Amino acid sequence: MKRLSLSQAFWFLLRRDLLLALRNRSELANPLLFFVLVITLFPLAVGAEPNLLARIAPGIIWVAALLASMLSLDAIFRSDFEDGTLEQMLLSAHPVPVLVLAKVTAHWLVTGLPLLLVAPLLAMMLGLDEDAYGILLLTILLGTPVLSLIGSIGVALTIGLRKGGIILSLLVLPLYVPVLIFSASAIDAAAGGLSVSAQLSMMMAFLFLSLSLSPVATAAALKMSMS
Amino acid sequence: MFKWFVKWFHRFGSPPYFYRLAGLWLPWLTGLFTILLIGGLYGGLVLAPTDYQQGESYRIIFVHVPAAWMSMFIYMVMATCGIVVLVWRMKLAEVVLSCAAPIGASFTFLALITGSLWGKPMWGTYWVWDARLTSELILLFLYLGVIGLYGAIDDKRVAARAVAILAIVGMVNIPIIHYSVEWWNSLHQGATVTKFDKPSIAWSMLWPLLVMALAFKVYFVISLFQRVRAELLHRERNTRWVEELVKS
Amino acid sequence: MSMSEFFNMGGYAVFVWTSYGLAFVVLLLNWFLPYQEHKQNLKKLNRQFKSGQSRQETRNNDSRT
Repeated sequence: MKRLSLSQAFWFLLRRDLLLALRNRSELANPLLFFVLVITLFPLAVGAEPNLLARIAPGIIWVAALLASMLSLDAIFRSDFEDGTLEQMLLSAHPVPVLVLAKVTAHWLVTGLPLLLVAPLLAMMLGLDEDAYGILLLTILLGTPVLSLIGSIGVALTIGLRKGGIILSLLVLPLYVPVLIFSASAIDAAAGGLSVSAQLSMMMAFLFLSLSLSPVATAAALKMSMS
Repeated sequence: MFKWFVKWFHRFGSPPYFYRLAGLWLPWLTGLFTILLIGGLYGGLVLAPTDYQQGESYRIIFVHVPAAWMSMFIYMVMATCGIVVLVWRMKLAEVVLSCAAPIGASFTFLALITGSLWGKPMWGTYWVWDARLTSELILLFLYLGVIGLYGAIDDKRVAARAVAILAIVGMVNIPIIHYSVEWWNSLHQGATVTKFDKPSIAWSMLWPLLVMALAFKVYFVISLFQRVRAELLHRERNTRWVEELVKS
Repeated sequence: MSMSEFFNMGGYAVFVWTSYGLAFVVLLLNWFLPYQEHKQNLKKLNRQFKSGQSRQETRNNDSRT
């Protein structure tokens, strides 16, 4: 059998996960549906006053994105954990953090990226200032990968537990706070016509920091969970 | 020197040795704590002058600020233990890590409650989304996450390693969360909130604060030793040293 | 300063003394609960070791790390 090089292994795993996800359409649609539903609840709860909705739109969209991302986290490793693929992955000759990164990337592509498609629609329904649409998309593009990366640590820590779900949210949500703060405030500032470069550079920093550190932590947590 | 340290480190890490040592230290530490507490309370409640702006209500800082310091300090202790657990798989560090979390959570809780009790006379409400209170609240959630994760995993050795990873991840995140919240706060609150700390604090107020902080540190060690001793007995219940200890 | 003045805390008595009281309770609990647990562990183990020497087989000797 031919040995795969590291980059081949990365792409192979990424393609495999994407294929699996595409075959299972409902799992693909669920986070998106959840995202839309949560946002629909807000006008019903706080009233349909346009000014109010436009004011809180950035916050609503980001809180909904946070929850949607958290709910879909379990899918990163669940099926592979159950059928034993994960164990094989940990035993392979390739560095585990790289494989983890491939899986997280695949997960983000199927759960994080689709938010980009519906976010403008929801922003329009909430009456968000039109100048802020570009920034909204940019924060989702920069922020959701961070959510997936941080979330993967939490999933790896709780994968072996029967009631891991509630603990997962307790572990992960506090760590999401910086992303929430900076992305919502970037959209807010853009809607008010202010400069957003500070927020965006912070989010870039979060992205690179989590890209470099979280796969290592996730790999360590997976090894711990499988032992 | 280094060799000596390594030897000491290993000896210190052995459960029976630590159990005995902690038992020997506890009475002395309790005495030290009592002296510091009485001194700190007397200095803070009686000797320190009334603040010209905040009146007598500022005296809450003598419990609030040390508790808030401890909440940060204990998380740092946990993360340090986490590194020791992951690198050397030291049993004692596992126990210390798991035992420090409830103490840290209770100090964080105390800092939050006393902070809001201070806020009422200062701001007129029990809770404002002040940067420090908010990050303290998030810190409490981080502690609860550690406690929850440790409780959820049945095999306590695995649980300790899981918690070690979580504590280290949290440690990396705490400064980020802290500065994010501070930045968020300055954006939303402006200068309406009066800051707690003045640029310089009078010596007559500072020394009781420092003494109280020291008392809380000693207290943490006492409480930690108690917990570690109880936990060690439980974990090592099948070993010879526990049997000998119980029978004697 | 009289005693009542001291307890009155310039009108902030409720806040100050609640804070100190809570601090006292939290510190006491954090001392007492582990103390109790330790004592109970000792008692339980004592009973176990007295009732039977069955521990001998399950004993593992990796207490030193």
